[in-house]
Amino acid sequence: MSRRGMLAASAASAAVTSIPAARAKTAAAQPAPSMAKVALTVNGEKSELELDTRMTLLDALREHLRLTGTKKGCDHGQCGACTVIVDGRRINSCLSLAVMHDGDTVTTIEGLGTPHALHPMQAAFVEHDGYQCGYCTPGQICSAVAVLDEIKAGIPSHVTGDLTAPGKATNMEIRERMSGNICRCGAYSNILEAITEVAGRQA
Amino acid sequence: MKAFTYERAATPADATAAFAKTPGARFIAGGTNLLDLMKLQIEIPSHLIDVSRLALDTIEPTKDGGLRIGAMVRNTDLAADKRVRRDYGLLTRALVAGASGQLRNKATTAGNLLQRTRCPYFYDTNQPCNKRQPGSGCAAIGGISRTLAVLGTSEACIATHPSDMAVAMRALDARVETVDAAGKARAIQIADFYRAPGTTPHIETVLQPGELITAVTLPKPIGGTHIYHKVRDRASYAFALISVAAVVQQDGSGRVALGGVAHKPWRVEAAEADMPRGAKAVASGLLAGAKTSHDNAYKLPLVERTLAGALAEARG
Repeated sequence: MSRRGMLAASAASAAVTSIPAARAKTAAAQPAPSMAKVALTVNGEKSELELDTRMTLLDALREHLRLTGTKKGCDHGQCGACTVIVDGRRINSCLSLAVMHDGDTVTTIEGLGTPHALHPMQAAFVEHDGYQCGYCTPGQICSAVAVLDEIKAGIPSHVTGDLTAPGKATNMEIRERMSGNICRCGAYSNILEAITEVAGRQA
Repeated sequence: MKAFTYERAATPADATAAFAKTPGARFIAGGTNLLDLMKLQIEIPSHLIDVSRLALDTIEPTKDGGLRIGAMVRNTDLAADKRVRRDYGLLTRALVAGASGQLRNKATTAGNLLQRTRCPYFYDTNQPCNKRQPGSGCAAIGGISRTLAVLGTSEACIATHPSDMAVAMRALDARVETVDAAGKARAIQIADFYRAPGTTPHIETVLQPGELITAVTLPKPIGGTHIYHKVRDRASYAFALISVAAVVQQDGSGRVALGGVAHKPWRVEAAEADMPRGAKAVASGLLAGAKTSHDNAYKLPLVERTLAGALAEARG
């Protein structure tokens, strides 16, 4: 081996040995992602996923199941754009780990209705122009559907007068119960009209 | 978010045993606060023990005429329970004054008690915070403090406890039931549950590491008119600047606890003797020793006026 070849070989081996050392150091500082199996029933379809434990229900729906109707707004439970219905209850899917929903039943905006067979709440939002940009709308509609169920189930709210009387879907009740869904375009009055119409039809 | 391993506990004993063998573990239930803090790397657990499916989700009558609320009872279910609405209206009122419908559907009774402060300096990882990083200092003192505490503060911390539910629990003399890794159960009066910040504001409750809340019990109903007045920057879905929880009896006697003013729900039993004399007298006892900044001095008159409003409402 020539001197030049010898130098090149030792440089290469130094490089080779230095890389795993660097990786080992990084691995110690950053724990490796942990994976977990999660079974979900979303809009009537069963799925078996293997997910990073860090993945939120929101990201699992959007990135793995390609259900991009549910939106990521703030990702901190403050805006409500990610609202979905899990086992009959509306939640912020951004503030919930997918792995904690193993076996759960999820309804997203795609599961409420289709473009050809709208859910009554979807139709009412269209009729009353309950949006401008539309980004918060899937969360607004999922929330609205659940709000009317919550009123029917007798769950009180901050504006409920008599805590022992049956609930009523008044304007004030709907406004208070929808306060976890923010609309930057400010379509609130039309959103309220849409929900009120559906509430009236149900009553 | 930092990576973590995950397991689901089947029983409270499983959960505490898992904690004992996994350093850096945290229990997770509703996750609405913990997961948010994990995203911000304010909480960095290496292992999560999911306690959300433990069979601690019922509300049962107790032998002495009260209620035993399972640790995993969701805020929505607690607020909607017929017995709570009838006999502990204050608790329902406080619960529905907090968070949003979506969050109340996930948040649990135990988790609500254990939620962390919303002090903006606790959330800002570029700032010193003795709660987030013990010994680093407190940027809130001398900082923007209009939302922060005026009672029970220390040189190390002026954070408030954000819960509305806990304020009602304090007025109702709730007890927190726990179990530790050795399987030993104990009950802690809510009055003794939260630690003063002192020099160790990162230690917020008297719970030992790995001690799990199993239930919160309420003594038998005390009757009276139940009022929860919360003053905040918007009409809904905001934390309290101050809140007043009051139970007022027909003879004018009663109880008062405050939210948004301290590291814990603030109640001074001795001040309640002044209830028949009105809000000014009660407030002066409740607020004795208050330490305010330019930004949050408004909280003292606001407490008195909100209490006056509550007492007027109770008189009808």
